[in-house]
Amino acid sequence: MSSLHLPALLVVVPLLSAPLCALLPGRLSWFVAVVVSLATLAITWAVHDRVLAEGVISYMIGNWPSPLGIEYRIDEANAFVLLLVAGVGAVVALWGRESVAAEVGRRQERWYWTMYLLALAGLLGVTITGDAFNVFVFLEISSLASYVLIGFGRDRRALTAAYQYLIMGTIGATFFVIGVGLLYTMTGTLNMADLAARLPLVEETRPVHAAFAFLVVGISLKLALFPLHLWLPNAYAYAPSVTTAFLSATATKVAVYMFLRFFLSIFGGAELFELLALPDILLVLSLAAIFAASTVAIFQSDVKRMLAYSSVAQIGYITLGIGIGTRLALTGGIVHLFNHAVMKGALFLLLGGIAYRIGNVTLDRLAGLGRRMPVTTAGIVIAGLSLVGTPGTVGFVSKWYLAQGALERGWWWLVALIVVGSLLPVVYLGRVIEAAYFRPAPADSALHEATPQMLVTAWILVVACVWFGLDTSLTVDVASRAAEALWRGQ
Amino acid sequence: MSASTLIALALAIPAGAILLIAAAERIANLREAITLVAALALFAMVAMLTPQVLAGGHPEMTLLSVLPGLTFGFRVEPLGMLFALIASFLWIVNSVYSIGYMRANKEPRQTVFYCCFAAALASTVGIAFSANLFTLFIFYELLTLTTYPLVTHHGDREAQSAGRVYMLMLLGTSIVLLLPAIMVTFAFTGTLEFTAGGILAGGHMPAALVGVLLALFAFGIGKAAIMPFHRWLPAAMVAPTPVSALLHAVAVVKAGVFCVVKVVVYIFGVDFLAGNGGGDWLVWIAGFTVLTASVIALRQDNLKRLLAYSTISQLSYVVLAVAILTPLSAAGAALHILAHAFGKITLFFAAGAIYTAAHKTEVSQLDGIGRAMPWTMVAFAIGAASMIGIPPTAGFMSKWFILGAAMDAQSWVAIAVIIASTALNAAYFVPIVYAAFFRPLAAPEHGHHQHGEAPWPIVVALTITAAGTVLLFFFPDVGLGLARQMVGGA
Repeated sequence: MSSLHLPALLVVVPLLSAPLCALLPGRLSWFVAVVVSLATLAITWAVHDRVLAEGVISYMIGNWPSPLGIEYRIDEANAFVLLLVAGVGAVVALWGRESVAAEVGRRQERWYWTMYLLALAGLLGVTITGDAFNVFVFLEISSLASYVLIGFGRDRRALTAAYQYLIMGTIGATFFVIGVGLLYTMTGTLNMADLAARLPLVEETRPVHAAFAFLVVGISLKLALFPLHLWLPNAYAYAPSVTTAFLSATATKVAVYMFLRFFLSIFGGAELFELLALPDILLVLSLAAIFAASTVAIFQSDVKRMLAYSSVAQIGYITLGIGIGTRLALTGGIVHLFNHAVMKGALFLLLGGIAYRIGNVTLDRLAGLGRRMPVTTAGIVIAGLSLVGTPGTVGFVSKWYLAQGALERGWWWLVALIVVGSLLPVVYLGRVIEAAYFRPAPADSALHEATPQMLVTAWILVVACVWFGLDTSLTVDVASRAAEALWRGQ
Repeated sequence: MSASTLIALALAIPAGAILLIAAAERIANLREAITLVAALALFAMVAMLTPQVLAGGHPEMTLLSVLPGLTFGFRVEPLGMLFALIASFLWIVNSVYSIGYMRANKEPRQTVFYCCFAAALASTVGIAFSANLFTLFIFYELLTLTTYPLVTHHGDREAQSAGRVYMLMLLGTSIVLLLPAIMVTFAFTGTLEFTAGGILAGGHMPAALVGVLLALFAFGIGKAAIMPFHRWLPAAMVAPTPVSALLHAVAVVKAGVFCVVKVVVYIFGVDFLAGNGGGDWLVWIAGFTVLTASVIALRQDNLKRLLAYSTISQLSYVVLAVAILTPLSAAGAALHILAHAFGKITLFFAAGAIYTAAHKTEVSQLDGIGRAMPWTMVAFAIGAASMIGIPPTAGFMSKWFILGAAMDAQSWVAIAVIIASTALNAAYFVPIVYAAFFRPLAAPEHGHHQHGEAPWPIVVALTITAAGTVLLFFFPDVGLGLARQMVGGA
């Protein structure tokens, strides 16, 4: 098999093994899901290495030349996101065996892993493709699979949450496809590179402006940009643990990548991004997300819901990097895309371990957990410190770049807001820590640590929180090259 | 052994001790032996580094480069050497004291206590040897985090709310003020390395901003307890007395003023700041804190709270000294770190001895106690004399230097503050000593039989530090040598 076909395999392997999963008995289906996600990770790694060594890879599906056929186009930016999605996907799948069996039930297990692989394939497809309409196709594959993944939740409210997400997600996707359609009528192409080249010629037309608006709203719905985030807290809170960890670390991140690709690369040459004051709007909305969502998080008693609101706030930091609009800030935003995936993935997996033992994770039920599940709570403390932005963890690295970017512009006030915003997690995580360490455990509970498999895999992400906080050669270098790649369109 | 091995060992010994102490959880004698051996070994490593530094060398060790321009590394300069010597020596004495205190008072969770203590010492050494602001900041935050479990050791409601104040104030100031200060410094200079003569000298930034930046640093280093960010220190007094003694009279608070001195001397540069004039207000703020804290101390009846406010006042002596901005005054600041450490740890040791033997915590209960506990109260008197600045104690020596520097610089504010605070110090310490020795012993309360001295490890420990307070007056060579190195040879 030639390594030239790796980009196609990346999507085809998980997509085709999904039906296979559905035919196998429960235990085997998990095994297949793990093998496939590890294989996907290996392929992404190879593709990523090739991009760094040789530059942009362009792959024509079925050998049809690019304006007619579909092109897969991989540069530093999406190679990075692919690696993130496949990496988190592999860790989460490895983690999920007992959790899915317990929360979804043995009879449904195989369907769960089928949907999981479909979602993975969809997310990878959105990221890898160089064709605007193909983005829509993969987006729908991943979205439909995610609705099911959420609906599997033990709590019956998971069904309404999934339905809510379905409505909002469909609106988003419809807006997106309307935007792509309008672009097609004006330029006659769906290939991203061609779009970028032809858009400047028609930028002053009403349809292109309309397309821009539809795309902004559609993609922002998907990435849960404040105030279009309303689907997110319920979906994350009531979904099975594996779903929450997987979607929080990948789905919104891929949507952010779409945002960057469309508005920096494709529309980059057309200057609409600046013209329509999008950076300013982003700046305001990001800050609103950081403060409003974190404040709401403080008042949650369901810890999963608390962290869901925290995700909305953290997405605010990523979009802030785009809004500031300097190279350093964009690097900060992209590196936060990775960093937030790592720390939220870690937190949701650890919470999943707790949920596996006690069911719903509310503050009251965390009482005394510091002594009953010491390894899990220690992990929560470390990943939590990273969320605050303590130096020596990944959270610090992103904030450092965002602040340097703001200083580049001379925006001192923004630096102040960034650091004040990072105090709010101290408050809501403080409530978790206090409950776990200071409240006495209920005397009758025979609670003990999560399974070794859960602990080891969740701690991979916890260690990553510290590792990539001290050794940034992988993340920051790649993020700055990705930022470079995205600016190249201009 | 090479210097970099010594530095690595000085960090690795207390860090390794954490694991060994945790492993020896069930065997109390072994656990405490490990603490003592680790303390002795740490002091040996630090002491072996001293001759090189006294001779003008600056041993260093760079571990890794985290971001371009941000390195994680260590470099021992005279002030850091002095600080590490103080902390590591007093850890030995404090460990002896802890063994007596924790056993006599039957404190719970002693393994966690010793583990956190070792972790706090590792962080302290890290602060002392940091080569740049970035490394310093990491260990600064680590010190807050590792001492938090010690402050909340008792786990009751009071400890929990004190812990909240402690965490929010120390973490809050460091994130909201200190971190932006570091970011701004980096944005203007492109480096964070501690450099003789300062890195801001040379017109990197607008002159008007220098004062603002200094304010961000001075208030951001909350551990220096400059008003209005001092409330965490009295709150921290809910901890067991050994914690108050070593951490909240020596390691944590001295780390605070140490950072202030480092920033003024090696980031701003004394001459640059004096020429700029942007730091003149610091004398006023420090003077205000010295006097106000003393007045508050005057009104305290709880002995540990009184000592805490006395510490706040004495810490600002150090800040006041360095704010005079002459080489002589900076040397005085370094000496006062040393002198106050020995005096104040003696006072806390005595307070803990009184609590252990007599179960008394209030000043008003101490009538005639000197007859029952002569060793303890003589040590207390020596510590008090050092606080006031009466010869032959170490406190006299450092005050003499600071006063001399203030005279040279004709800083009338500083002179007035020093004289007024000496009177105030005498006003709250002399009555305690007088009552202890010359008032008749209060009739024993119902249920309490007569008591003598506290257990012997406690008495031994406080005798050693009291003797040290006197000996430092007669043999100040090492301290003086390092202080001279700092302002002259560095």
